[in-house]
Amino acid sequence: MLLKHIKILTVIILVSQYLALPNSYADEKYTAGECFEGLSRATLKFNMGLDKALFKPIAKGYRALPVPIRLGTSNAVENLRSLLTLSNNVLQGDWQLAGNTAGRFAINSTVGILGFLDPASKMGFEKKSREDFGQTLAVWGSESGCYFILPVLGPTTARDAVGLIGNTFIDPVYQITHNTEVMNRSYSEHNYWYYRGTDGIDFRSKNIESIDSLEKNSIDFYASVKSLYLQNRMQKISNEDVSDKSQDDSDWEEIDNQ
Amino acid sequence: MRKSLLLLTGSILTWFFLQVSSYSYSSDPKQFITEIVDQAKIVLNSNISKDEKAKKLSEIALKTVDIKGIGYYTLGSKRKELSPDELKKYEDIFQKYFLKSFTSRLTDYSDPKIDVLSAEVLNEKYTIVKTLLLATDKKPEVKIDWRIYTKDPNKPLIRDLIVEGLKLARTQKEEFSSILASNNNDINALFTKLEEFINQ
Repeated sequence: MLLKHIKILTVIILVSQYLALPNSYADEKYTAGECFEGLSRATLKFNMGLDKALFKPIAKGYRALPVPIRLGTSNAVENLRSLLTLSNNVLQGDWQLAGNTAGRFAINSTVGILGFLDPASKMGFEKKSREDFGQTLAVWGSESGCYFILPVLGPTTARDAVGLIGNTFIDPVYQITHNTEVMNRSYSEHNYWYYRGTDGIDFRSKNIESIDSLEKNSIDFYASVKSLYLQNRMQKISNEDVSDKSQDDSDWEEIDNQ
Repeated sequence: MRKSLLLLTGSILTWFFLQVSSYSYSSDPKQFITEIVDQAKIVLNSNISKDEKAKKLSEIALKTVDIKGIGYYTLGSKRKELSPDELKKYEDIFQKYFLKSFTSRLTDYSDPKIDVLSAEVLNEKYTIVKTLLLATDKKPEVKIDWRIYTKDPNKPLIRDLIVEGLKLARTQKEEFSSILASNNNDINALFTKLEEFINQ
């Protein structure tokens, strides 16, 4: 089993290296070409329909829960998710962030009662943004490739789609829940999907108004989603505050010089 | 007693709204944003209709946002291809579109609590003012950075909002670009889309 996983991970890394260019992530672009725009637009419509019928009502129901329950659930899910971040911190060679992530996990899993509380933040282990294998591929030099929309999962790029598959091989939570022989305990695969589903609903419940507002105020919702997704990925890959960096000001410059 | 209270409240609001129309903002970017945030809070918390709130917020935006500059930035290189008449039409439509979009986003908020944290001078033309929209029971806290154009140091103007690292002017620019690209680069298609939005 382990050998099989290593083989698949090796294939993923080789694919990513095929996409890779000598440039580092510092050259990450805000834009990406389209893989198949017509299909992606249709998939986005399908996803929004599914969201209205299913995910948004569940998110609204979740939001009706008392704040301490929602906060505790959100913390616990974030704590589990930090294990995937830790794997990626290590793969990116970012030892400082890896130390912070490991420290947070150790403290919150114990003092924080299985992650329901977040005492680590008060002890100087600052909460950082999540890392995934798509970001790791970018740090290794892979370009984003073309952009498209996945059913249910939403916007992605060729690189990030490869990263989604890679995540499963380096996520300790996935591995433990999918290898029931681990530590002679019975872990169900369902537990992984409950955790991922809860994470998704938690995210959706925090963004009900912002997504409504975006949909209401966009004249091309598809283009808005694409722009926001690519900007967000760029920010996460660089782990920097983008407002401090100069954006492409060429159009502003021309306006200034009129 | 109740009638007197209503009259007093009405008088205070009228006085405030008169102040908005004649208000002179600070030239210090951080203070400038603090004043705008305070004014917007009063409007959003006031007991007036959504349309009236939108009108008051528009008045604030007209004085503090570089709408023409944002419009040009949003249009990108297409701007150079437009005739003077088309450009004038674009400026007019864009201003209406911007104000409707801007006020529509804001009027969804009631009693927003925003902390103005710091200001960072990027260069002589730009300063970033960092603010934090505080968390509520329903929403997490949101970092909002304001990109302030300071070429005229006595009259700062807002050129972009960066929400959790996402630049709204860039998003708008890419929306416009997408509409043009899918309509053979025809500016009239963009005009139609904007007018549909304004009239909806």
